[in-house]
Amino acid sequence: MTRTAFSGLSSDAITIDAARSGDLGPDDVRISADTLAEQATVAECHENPQLAENFRRAAELVGFTDEELMRLYETLRPRRATAEELRSLAASLTERGAVRNAALVREAAAVYARRGLLR
Amino acid sequence: MSRPVGRIRFMDAQRVNLDGFAVPDAALGLIAFDSPADPEPSLVIADGRVVELDGRPEAEFDTLDEFIARHGLDLAVGDEAMALDNVEFARMVVDPSVARAEIIRLSAGMTPAKLAKSLAMLRAPELMMAMTKMRARRTPSNQAHVTNRLDDPLLLAADAATAAAFGFRELESTVPVLADAPSNAVAVTIGAAVGAAGVLVQCSVEEAAELELGLRGFVSYAETISLYGTDQVFLDGDDTPWSKAFLTSAYASRGIKMRVTSGGGAEALMGGAEGRSMFYLESRCVALARAIGSQGVQNGGIDSASVAGAVPRGVRSLTAENLMVMMRNLESCSGNDALMSESEMRRTARTLPTLLAGSDFICSGFGSIQRYDNMFGPSNMNAEDIDDFLAIQRDWGVDGGLRTATAENIGELRRRAVAAVRAVYSWFGLAEFTDEHAERAIDAAGSKDLGDTDTMAVLNAARTIRDSGMTGIDIVTALYESGFQTEAERVLDMLKARVDGDHLHTAAIFDEQMNVLSLVTDPNDYRGPGTGYDLSGERAVEIDAIRQQRSVADLLDAQAGAADSDAFTSSGTAAAGQDPREVVIGLSPAAGRAIWTTLSGLPLTVALQEILAGLEEEGCLGRVVRINDTIDVGRIGLIAARLSGSGIGIGLQGKGTALIHRRDLPPLANLELYSVAPNITRELYRLLGINAARHALGATPDPARNPYSDEAIEARYHTKVVSFVAIERRCEQPGRAPEQLELRGVS
Repeated sequence: MTRTAFSGLSSDAITIDAARSGDLGPDDVRISADTLAEQATVAECHENPQLAENFRRAAELVGFTDEELMRLYETLRPRRATAEELRSLAASLTERGAVRNAALVREAAAVYARRGLLR
Repeated sequence: MSRPVGRIRFMDAQRVNLDGFAVPDAALGLIAFDSPADPEPSLVIADGRVVELDGRPEAEFDTLDEFIARHGLDLAVGDEAMALDNVEFARMVVDPSVARAEIIRLSAGMTPAKLAKSLAMLRAPELMMAMTKMRARRTPSNQAHVTNRLDDPLLLAADAATAAAFGFRELESTVPVLADAPSNAVAVTIGAAVGAAGVLVQCSVEEAAELELGLRGFVSYAETISLYGTDQVFLDGDDTPWSKAFLTSAYASRGIKMRVTSGGGAEALMGGAEGRSMFYLESRCVALARAIGSQGVQNGGIDSASVAGAVPRGVRSLTAENLMVMMRNLESCSGNDALMSESEMRRTARTLPTLLAGSDFICSGFGSIQRYDNMFGPSNMNAEDIDDFLAIQRDWGVDGGLRTATAENIGELRRRAVAAVRAVYSWFGLAEFTDEHAERAIDAAGSKDLGDTDTMAVLNAARTIRDSGMTGIDIVTALYESGFQTEAERVLDMLKARVDGDHLHTAAIFDEQMNVLSLVTDPNDYRGPGTGYDLSGERAVEIDAIRQQRSVADLLDAQAGAADSDAFTSSGTAAAGQDPREVVIGLSPAAGRAIWTTLSGLPLTVALQEILAGLEEEGCLGRVVRINDTIDVGRIGLIAARLSGSGIGIGLQGKGTALIHRRDLPPLANLELYSVAPNITRELYRLLGINAARHALGATPDPARNPYSDEAIEARYHTKVVSFVAIERRCEQPGRAPEQLELRGVS
């Protein structure tokens, strides 16, 4: 099946010639949110709603830069963030449409507070 | 204490006694199954929310409980699944007539303690039956480690190509020097592309560094995302279930395959088992893996395999861990990873059930390089064992993911892999390698064969790769422009796969046509004998036709190469002799016709000359005849004895087996038998002649002792013996009389 990359390029257009002529950028070999949403449906049909949920969280993160992803991961590690920092992180995620990830951060904030994992 | 007797001292000195065996100690977590501190299974759901999990009320949930309770369980089947009797459920798991899907449905509603209790009762063959049914992917596969002590890129590429040629579908590298990681990732990716299409590659380093390698397109999957079974150890690992869940999504957001790593014994090793059994803690890890949305788990004794191996039933628990992953509907990358014993038997016995039952990945790190080059530490299986593993696949007709490869193929691939990496490193100005270095890498069985290399050059190359902003696409271009078009296509295909994302599903690998094989596209359909995965024609050939196998034709070729066709001349039918000093030597039908070399590698004429010389030494005369109508060495000797003036005869088969016979004895009795043909030396043939002469002259011979050894003589030679016998049979001519032979140079 032909799918579309994050950049909007059709996967059929991902060719050696395109790479050689310098027309292919990193975004042309990045998965798109639509494809991840589609894969989530497939995972759900194969008795793994958690994998589906992962793909849906991932779909929200497709547009984040590599650096942003690394920073988000770092913030969620133990004792890296205050309650306030996690709250504002959740808010900014919501603003960018990453509502499932925002929910994950809010849930983490509550548990981190109870288990002493805040900074 | 008095010194033990010799028998015990001898046993103490065996290698298995280098292994540590621990007295079970539940308080320290040194217990495989069922610690007194393991909770009773429980699941209380109120208003669609878990309020108690395995005996713990919601208010006391630790981070693992919390994440599993909120995300990991199918609450719709919770009550039904938890109410099932443990024995009844265990039987369903093993029973081929209960569909995999039904077990998956029920397992999704089971708490960690419930699943641990049910699976703890499965015995070894039951575990294997269950694995055969429950693994996600129909086609088994295997993963290799590709590393070396020097992080040498040329050797890494050559070894990656080699591993791919032997059939490994995932290659995992790591580094002794962390900063070398980008170089290793690039070199293994290129080498893998030389070896085969569709090989997944990873470079195992710290979580954030590994993510970066993936984002840059240097590797195609990730596995070093560790989970632990207690809160304390999890936090010591500097993560929480939420940070791991996020990391899992981060990989998926870039279309990169990933799995998590756990494994029984890790918590005990870190002093944080909280008195729980290894299997219960692992059950928590696996439940969490499912909860965070990982498609698979590497477990079953990774770094802590020896801890599990030290306690009673520990090895069994490692296999049960793999099964548990399968039951959570996840990909099992089934351990058999770190070397768990100094004993060849113990380490083989540990892996055999997985190999026989089949798994998504039999090993989560078969050391495709030599033990000393494995920077994860030696694996349970290593380069030293590849041929053993191939033979075991063939013995049982099972697919362990490996295939045979010819010497020529491996040689060519290594040469091309080295050339490709050299070209790419040169293209980007990363490093220049000498011809001598390249030649050594091609030929090397390990990094010790490389001599002195410039390790700073590797470090500089790695730094440049990291700092220059190079990506996987740049590698594609460099490969293509340097003349490695096929490899460029293969690396690009792996990048393109990210856009499709089909390989993000459970247990996904690529075949060599870039088809995804996964839970979705290649689901396990085992329902008992005659169903499920079996070796197809083509795959059966790959497994059966190991490079060491030989046929009768091969033996005939080898013998023809040693033919000495004018060594013997026939002078008609042999008559009975009258001289009391005469000893007749009867040759078998193929000796000197189709067979020229004995099993010991001695030319037949030399064996014969030694016998004749021995006879002469004692004052006897030898006469050579060929017996045409039997291949039995006893009958040959007896017929020779009846032709002999002394009544003593010698029988000699083409393969070298020989005996001394006397004309009045029954065929199966004889005076001396030299039966272990592969071990019969020139000296022994000489002694045979001497003793035959003494029998003829009525003197007292000093019988030869058969040269027994502790080697598997039969294993080495029996296939050849079958061919030797077949050739003798072809030359046999029933009813044809013995013929008189003259041996060249003997009057």
